[in-house]
Amino acid sequence: MTTTLDTKAASPSSVPKRARTRAQARTRRNVLLFMAPAFLGFLIFFGYPLIATVYYSFTRYDLINPPQWIGFDNYVRMFSTEPLVGTAAYNTLWLVIVLTVCRVAFALGVASVISRLKSGVGLVRTLCYLPALAPPAAATLAFVFLFNPEFGPVNRFLDLVGIDGGLWFNDPGMSKPALTLLVMWGSGELMIIILAALLDVPPELHEAASLDGAGPVRRFWHITLPSISPVLLFGIVNSIIFALQFFTQAVVAGSAAAGSADVAGNTKYIGAPQNSTLTYPVWLYVQGFRYFNMGYAAAMAVLLFIVSFGFTAILVRQMRRGAHQEEGA
Amino acid sequence: MTILTDTPRPTSTLPPRARHKRVWDKRLYWVATHAAGLALGVIFVLPLVFVFLTAVMKSDQAMSSSLWPTEWHFENFVNVFKQAPLLEYFTNSIIYSTLATAGALLSAIPAAYALSKIRWRGQTLFFMLTVAAMMLPPQVTIVPLYDLWVRLGLTGTMAPLIIPYFFFDAFSVFLLRQFFLTIPKDYIEAAKIDGCTEFQAMTRVMIPMAKPGIAATAMFCFLFTWNDYFGPLLYTGENQDSWPLSLAIASFRGMHHVEWNLTMAATALIMAPVIVLFVFAQKSFVKGITFTGVKG
Repeated sequence: MTTTLDTKAASPSSVPKRARTRAQARTRRNVLLFMAPAFLGFLIFFGYPLIATVYYSFTRYDLINPPQWIGFDNYVRMFSTEPLVGTAAYNTLWLVIVLTVCRVAFALGVASVISRLKSGVGLVRTLCYLPALAPPAAATLAFVFLFNPEFGPVNRFLDLVGIDGGLWFNDPGMSKPALTLLVMWGSGELMIIILAALLDVPPELHEAASLDGAGPVRRFWHITLPSISPVLLFGIVNSIIFALQFFTQAVVAGSAAAGSADVAGNTKYIGAPQNSTLTYPVWLYVQGFRYFNMGYAAAMAVLLFIVSFGFTAILVRQMRRGAHQEEGA
Repeated sequence: MTILTDTPRPTSTLPPRARHKRVWDKRLYWVATHAAGLALGVIFVLPLVFVFLTAVMKSDQAMSSSLWPTEWHFENFVNVFKQAPLLEYFTNSIIYSTLATAGALLSAIPAAYALSKIRWRGQTLFFMLTVAAMMLPPQVTIVPLYDLWVRLGLTGTMAPLIIPYFFFDAFSVFLLRQFFLTIPKDYIEAAKIDGCTEFQAMTRVMIPMAKPGIAATAMFCFLFTWNDYFGPLLYTGENQDSWPLSLAIASFRGMHHVEWNLTMAATALIMAPVIVLFVFAQKSFVKGITFTGVKG
């Protein structure tokens, strides 16, 4: 039906040339019209700042005096003399590894339990997803309360089973594990994504494999896992990017556990206890917007960009493959 | 029970004891999975329950290790408003979330339409850039952007948070494009044959057909801005009059010392709107989330 009336650019050359170019011009005008805000927005809010960040990273800039070119000084400082950037990078690396593993494994575990339910799927899914909606700042406050060492419910439960609960957010060795628990509690989105993938695995595959004598572990390893691997890859990259920009929970937990949550101004409590929650983005923020070392913050941003872009590229490549398949279909 | 009567034929050739065992295995499996599911549900909700229970306690009880309120002080939810200008913060949050969501839809619907229903060179490239922008940590671009907003004299207001949404919100564009792709192009073609322009095809055919997708995108945008902490801290941190709830809640405990019951009451109050939103629009949420995970 469509072929006879199609005047699109991609249509066969039987259409007169002039009509084709006119259609092409119309398409171009339409695209420009529809995409104008997006093009502009992309240029202003992504294109320009990405390039400008690289420029600022070679300058000393305090927002008041004009930027002053200092070559690689910021980078030299970052990799040698400035002590806290190493701590911050370590904390973020810790989160990238532990948080990613825990978040994906936990979401997969919960999703596979839900996928086995015969009834009540909707209810359990809702209950598990609910915490993911809570504003991170509020959820963190709630966790600081629940895990507080004096009278928090968590340590009380641990007491009942004979475990001596720790200081959690007040202990530099336990603050990051506590943050990891907080993130796992709010990983409902990933759970739902994985659950949907699990429910998409054709049951015939499982039946065939179990007829061949494969046990549940082998079936999981050889059937479930390969079928959901694209979604798992998405989950892993997504979690890594999430860990790389980990900010809100770290700031709120640090300052709330230290007793004063003067978020907007005081840097005294950022990273508390003992810089254990000082993540890389938090330190970038403090350098740039509390100490106004904008050039140095820009250098930190360039490094963050390089690392996160590497991981993004993995995902983009996968999406591209998907996009090509669509076009072919 | 039904399992007993519906036992498949072939098993009846098995000796009775083996058949019995298989039925019991099935039942055990059912009980085990459902117990695990129930336990998970409880674990996930328990922290929210404790937040609520602490919120209605008297302040000295909230400082003790008791878990159940001896007296129920629902007036705590009202008292919170006397302790801090919560209503102002709430208004700010509503302004930020509503305007940003409206802006995101206005700019993202045409962009997603052009990315999914019109063919043009550079289309795939721009889509990839959108995905990359979506994944980019916000801290990467803040130095020049902050500088830009300072020069425009708009720091300390919510404008730097809201204005970008009227141009380009990568996540909304991405999600809407995914939704639009599921709507067959034939409908658009048919409308155009009937004399619709591209714009009319979008407003009269695509938008009505993609309502669930648009609703889901709007909700995600609302949720993201409602929960946003980094943006408001960066741009409105200095000016308490423009603080949204998410920023105010974090300093609440600092401002009002260790009154945990009131802090938890405020925490419950800021969580409430998104939870209510979810209860009413669960289906769209779940559908939207599933879409973000789909490759392609």
